[in-house]
Amino acid sequence: MTEAATGGTDGAPQFPDGAAVRVKALMPPGHVRTPAYLRGKRGIVERRLGPFPSPEQLAYNLPAERLPLYRVRFTMAEVWGPAAERPDDTLDAEIYGPWLLPED
Amino acid sequence: MPHDHHDHDDHFHHEGISPSGHPYRADDDTPLTYWQTMEIAVRELLVEKGHVTAAEIAAQIDRMDARSPANGAAVVARAWTDPAFREHLLADGSAATREMGFDIGPMHLLAVENTPGVHNVIVCTLCSCYPRNLLGLPPDWYKSRAYRSRLVREPRRVLSEFGLTLPADTTIRVHDSTADMRYVVIPERPAGTEDWDADRLAALVTRDSMIGTGLPRPAA
Repeated sequence: MTEAATGGTDGAPQFPDGAAVRVKALMPPGHVRTPAYLRGKRGIVERRLGPFPSPEQLAYNLPAERLPLYRVRFTMAEVWGPAAERPDDTLDAEIYGPWLLPED
Repeated sequence: MPHDHHDHDDHFHHEGISPSGHPYRADDDTPLTYWQTMEIAVRELLVEKGHVTAAEIAAQIDRMDARSPANGAAVVARAWTDPAFREHLLADGSAATREMGFDIGPMHLLAVENTPGVHNVIVCTLCSCYPRNLLGLPPDWYKSRAYRSRLVREPRRVLSEFGLTLPADTTIRVHDSTADMRYVVIPERPAGTEDWDADRLAALVTRDSMIGTGLPRPAA
């Protein structure tokens, strides 16, 4: 993972279940598994999935650091705004810890 | 002369409809891509150097081809009939299905359960992640750009195109398989099957009901 994407992995926050988070609104080059349509969006940690090797390093055959992976639940209203079919339908996605910021 | 055509084009293609009423499909007369050539070269080298045998590769392809939605249907039917298994499946899908002989491999299985008022549906917007060990190869539409891009944006409309119109007060939960999890939907058990055993129930569990684009067959 590039420094730009992680903001540095040391001291990356760990989030408990139910924590409010925001996906970083970054557009780094390379193999990134954070969908662009969720960047900048706010959600809730649905569950923690434990550490997984970073795909952003694995993709280039680099030694991959193990990152906490979270399932984050977003409302359709948050993702699509007024264009949402039904605002309180939800979208869950797996997001690696360094992509998440705490959100009040 | 068997082919009496005016222009003797080496790339002649049949056109129109075959005698049995199907459109002719063009022959695949294209050169190998770079990666197809690379795959063949690496595979042949691995065999020549004795790392694997051609028989082992064929056996693995057979194992992969043998996986089908019947695996997932057996898991769902057991979850419907065995409360302890259902709890285990929801808590640790990989371990529960491995216990039944369906190894998800290095990926982790997450079973999401439909309940009255909640309907789950699976997509992989980034590529085509799919629980192959439980469902076999994904259908072509699952890998299409249309399904992958539209399901996250207008799931109700997409599901209605599958013939599945959900009540307005049902919450849809779309699951985007973006990373290391693979998902399977545990649909609701059809009404009128209270005294059915797991084998009989498994016949009602369709592939699409485990993706979330359909429901199980009704009991009647």
